[in-house]
Amino acid sequence: MMRLRPGMLALTLAALVAVFLLMPLVAVIPVSLTPTRYLSVPLGEWSLRHYRALLDNPAWAQGIWLSIRIGLLASVVATLLATAFSLGIWMLRPAFAGLMMGLALMPMVAPPVVSALTLYFFLTTLSQVNGIVAYDTWAGVALAHAVMIAPFAVVLLTVALNQVDRRIDLAARSMGAGLGTRVFRVILPNIRFGLLAAFFLTFVLSWEEIGVTLFITSVDAVTLPRLMWMGLRDNIDPAIAAISVVLIALVALVVLGKTVWHLCKTRNM
Amino acid sequence: MIRSRLFLLGPLLLFLAATYLIPFLGVVRWSVTLPEPGLGQYRAALTDPLVQSVMWRTLRVCATVTALSVTLAYAITLVWVRGGPVARALTELCILIPFWISVLTRAFGWLALLSNKGILNSWAQNAGLLSEPLTMVRNEFGVVVGMVHFLVPFAVFPLASAMKAVDERVLLAARGMGAGRARIFWQVFVPMTRSGIYGAVLLVFVFALGFFVTPAILGGGRSVMVAELIYLRIFQSPDWGLGAAISVVLMAGVGALLAVGMRQARGGER
Repeated sequence: MMRLRPGMLALTLAALVAVFLLMPLVAVIPVSLTPTRYLSVPLGEWSLRHYRALLDNPAWAQGIWLSIRIGLLASVVATLLATAFSLGIWMLRPAFAGLMMGLALMPMVAPPVVSALTLYFFLTTLSQVNGIVAYDTWAGVALAHAVMIAPFAVVLLTVALNQVDRRIDLAARSMGAGLGTRVFRVILPNIRFGLLAAFFLTFVLSWEEIGVTLFITSVDAVTLPRLMWMGLRDNIDPAIAAISVVLIALVALVVLGKTVWHLCKTRNM
Repeated sequence: MIRSRLFLLGPLLLFLAATYLIPFLGVVRWSVTLPEPGLGQYRAALTDPLVQSVMWRTLRVCATVTALSVTLAYAITLVWVRGGPVARALTELCILIPFWISVLTRAFGWLALLSNKGILNSWAQNAGLLSEPLTMVRNEFGVVVGMVHFLVPFAVFPLASAMKAVDERVLLAARGMGAGRARIFWQVFVPMTRSGIYGAVLLVFVFALGFFVTPAILGGGRSVMVAELIYLRIFQSPDWGLGAAISVVLMAGVGALLAVGMRQARGGER
């Protein structure tokens, strides 16, 4: 069928928006090559000293390793809880499903700063009874992240489940499959991409979480974003530019790779 | 049936009740007991001139940011959904790459561009366009730019789903009856994507209200917004009662907005 394509004006405006969206990401590259110790644009002289600093200063490696550990634990916990919950809503269609969904999505909908204060209250209260899952500990941060990211997993898994044909589950049930068989042999294999997406998204959300992390950590549990925050607040450390370039390159590679893979796949079909 | 209900639905609900719902009630309790029992902190939150000015600034900034983000998102989504294959692939990259990059990195990028020793100022001074650096961060301008940049990708998704649902035949019919491009766009296409615009406005405004990181970095403590005010009240001038009261007011405001917005959306579908 014929389609009305966007005209020149629309294309020009969209190109301007695209430039606006990419501009700050490109801007960090020259700044990361500055030879000075403060934020500036290199004029003629280039230096890799800030990349060197990422390797030499053990704080960066520690922050990255801590963020990975927290992200893995939080996303596993969140995805497991969200999977059980979404399955429950889909299979049982309970009364008050709307209310339960509302509670499950609350940390996502509430203003982040309110969630941060709430989790600060929670973890400082826990600190009074134990020292492991507490304020400014890695397990405490992982717990708080699990709370914040679980709703996103619920959303992705609910969307995935809504695309599953209910009749396969009914068929399994009518042939005598128990709850375990229905879940593990019938439903979960059908939403494996949703599960993978939920795990990946929640990991990334935890990996870059800063709003809540700021409230619940001080000096011990310094995640990578927390470390970047400290470098941004007082004197802006150009090492932030170097780590930013690394992170942006990582994301751009993954997104580009996915697009190319997609293009190749549709070409071959 | 009861057992499977417990196993499947129970864990997440119990988990969130213990880690979120009950602690939130604790925050509510702070707001009415610290420093002394009573509703004094709410009176302060609603009458104190400093808190008032911060709230007005927040509303003003959020309204500006919402209008700009949704407009910019509309332009790029139009090409993403309706453009040719190359334009589509390129716009998709421009939307998704910033979307996956953390708020800190993106705020830093704007700092690198806009600050006094940043790229734009250095370039303009070298080219002789400016003699003094132009202050573009540590004020409301920087905050608005940073927030719009963060929120455009979020506005794209509701707009895209509305645009994909537009029936091509209606547009062709409008053209067949002699309408020009501009007329088709403003009188046919835009009204048909109204639900997406509502959705995007609601989403962006609610997100913007609770924003903390971007205003803190690009506002540099000058143009404080509500979320940063709460942070300051909890960690810098310990006034936990007031911080908690402002949080409760913010939570109630967002809840009311969402309730109204949802009802509006449901009414629109009918």
